[in-house]
Amino acid sequence: MKVLATESRLADPDRTYRALIEAHRGLSDEDSAALNSRLVLILANHIGEHAVLQEAIALAKQSMEPVNDASK
Amino acid sequence: MNTRKALYQYGYRRCADQDRPSAARHPVVVVGAGPVGLCSAIDLAQRGIPVVLLDDADRIGEGSRGICYAERTLEILDRLGVADPCLEKGVTWKVGKVFQRNDLLYAFDLLPEDGHKMPAFINLQQYYLEHALVERAAALPNLEIRWRNKVVNLNRRNDGATLTVETPEGLYDLDAEWVVAADGARSALRGMLGLAFRGEVFEDRFLIADVKMKGEFPPERWFWFDPPFHEGHSALLHKQPDDVWRIDLQLGRDADVKAEQTPERVMPRLRQMLGHDDFSLEWVSVYTFQCRRLERFVHGHVVFVGDAAHQVSPFGARGANSGIQDADNLAWKLALIIKGEAPERLIESYDLERSAAADENIGHSTRSTDFIAPRSAQELRFRNAALTLARHTPFAKRMVNSGRLSMPSTYDTPLSTPDVDTWSGSARLGAPVPDAPMRDRKGQPIWLLDAIGGEETILQVPNGTPPQQGSRVIVLGDDLIDAHGVFAQRFDASPGSTYLVRPDQHLAARWRHGTPSLLESASRRLRGFEGDHV
Repeated sequence: MKVLATESRLADPDRTYRALIEAHRGLSDEDSAALNSRLVLILANHIGEHAVLQEAIALAKQSMEPVNDASK
Repeated sequence: MNTRKALYQYGYRRCADQDRPSAARHPVVVVGAGPVGLCSAIDLAQRGIPVVLLDDADRIGEGSRGICYAERTLEILDRLGVADPCLEKGVTWKVGKVFQRNDLLYAFDLLPEDGHKMPAFINLQQYYLEHALVERAAALPNLEIRWRNKVVNLNRRNDGATLTVETPEGLYDLDAEWVVAADGARSALRGMLGLAFRGEVFEDRFLIADVKMKGEFPPERWFWFDPPFHEGHSALLHKQPDDVWRIDLQLGRDADVKAEQTPERVMPRLRQMLGHDDFSLEWVSVYTFQCRRLERFVHGHVVFVGDAAHQVSPFGARGANSGIQDADNLAWKLALIIKGEAPERLIESYDLERSAAADENIGHSTRSTDFIAPRSAQELRFRNAALTLARHTPFAKRMVNSGRLSMPSTYDTPLSTPDVDTWSGSARLGAPVPDAPMRDRKGQPIWLLDAIGGEETILQVPNGTPPQQGSRVIVLGDDLIDAHGVFAQRFDASPGSTYLVRPDQHLAARWRHGTPSLLESASRRLRGFEGDHV
């Protein structure tokens, strides 16, 4: 079974990040949310592995937990 | 307005048990004469078990209710002797269409394969099915229906139960070796045993209406997301017999249940949907729904079936269909146990197999409901994203969920003997065997499932060895001729292939080369003797 890749797989991460920013620039929050919803469905299908998607969801949820570490 | 028509009226009749000094003892008492109770009672009676069927009402026909009956259910009804009147009256359909706004997103065809006796689906008002079942029940001398017999108390013992029954002429007691609780979603028996009925409650309200009109629409299932005539909600249109159309409109969470059922509200909605007012309203109701189940379906000698055991949303037609499949699963096991031909623990396999089926149905039904009635702004965004993408991409089309229609369960069960050979074809271990068009000894056409009927059956493709002994044996090429090669294809059959079919027509075992000892062992296993015999 495939596992979620968390090491960097992008040749140019800055460019990829920028592509996401550009896609949303000028959109209202509502339109951004609609765009993201479409993107998530498209990418989920592209991943094509339910277990990998579950891992991605878990990672995303985990990253939303409040950070206790006060040091910088 | 809540038009209720009692289409068929039955009378209360005093029975001999009411005059006995002590409670009469019966092998099986079935409680509830809905489709599931009736099927359970008929199946048991056909298997030679005397049955008493109690119902607290004396009529059927309160609204059309369950209307979609799937192929597997029709095959069961055929075995019970009631498929013919249902097919004759019912509307056969197999095409579904899904729209967003006015645009067709996609269409599906449920049975693209020929060579099955039964169609993919028929639509039929529940009261017509119940009527056909009551007629069939009346023809069975060992089945007695007692109308206006309401169970008011249940005392459970290890070897059965005592029921206290209320009639217009007072109370009487009945002793039952086994009780089949088929008393519906609000099951009183469930309450008497103090059993929890847990699951998810959905808040969206739906308006259900039966409309009589001469329609231009074809006999297809049409489902709309966000149609122009009912903005922001879903709608369903489905044909029933007698020029009656089922309409299902999502009303949302805050709809006023009382007000929405008034003609002042209902009629304009329907006029807008149908584009005219040349129709009359037969029945209307507003409902919410639950997806929930009992933790166990078997409590000693009290066995729960149908809505009394598990409840789903209507999307997917999984209520009545799964209930009738409960009856199909239970009847042969109970009959064998009562006759002493199987150990009592065989009943555990009913709990196991039908619990798994209930979970499957609840899962499908819950996911359909998530899609049809999103609960938050983001859920709605995802839903609309899938709908929009469905216009452009095949993957999103498959996400669009307007109800996944009832399919029979494949049992992962200790009653099956695991495959040792590899098989292709559509027959699957634990699933109902696929039907196939055959010819009998005289060359007359006969369907495979008719030939199998309700008995444990060995299907043997000869390879020079003598026919198997034991259960009833059907020798291919001799008793049944595979004139069209469909059997060979669906069962991946070759000379020597041997199949063991359960009394509910599910496949219990198969071998490329069956031997008497393999068959004997598999037959004992399917009757719950597993472990006694190696």
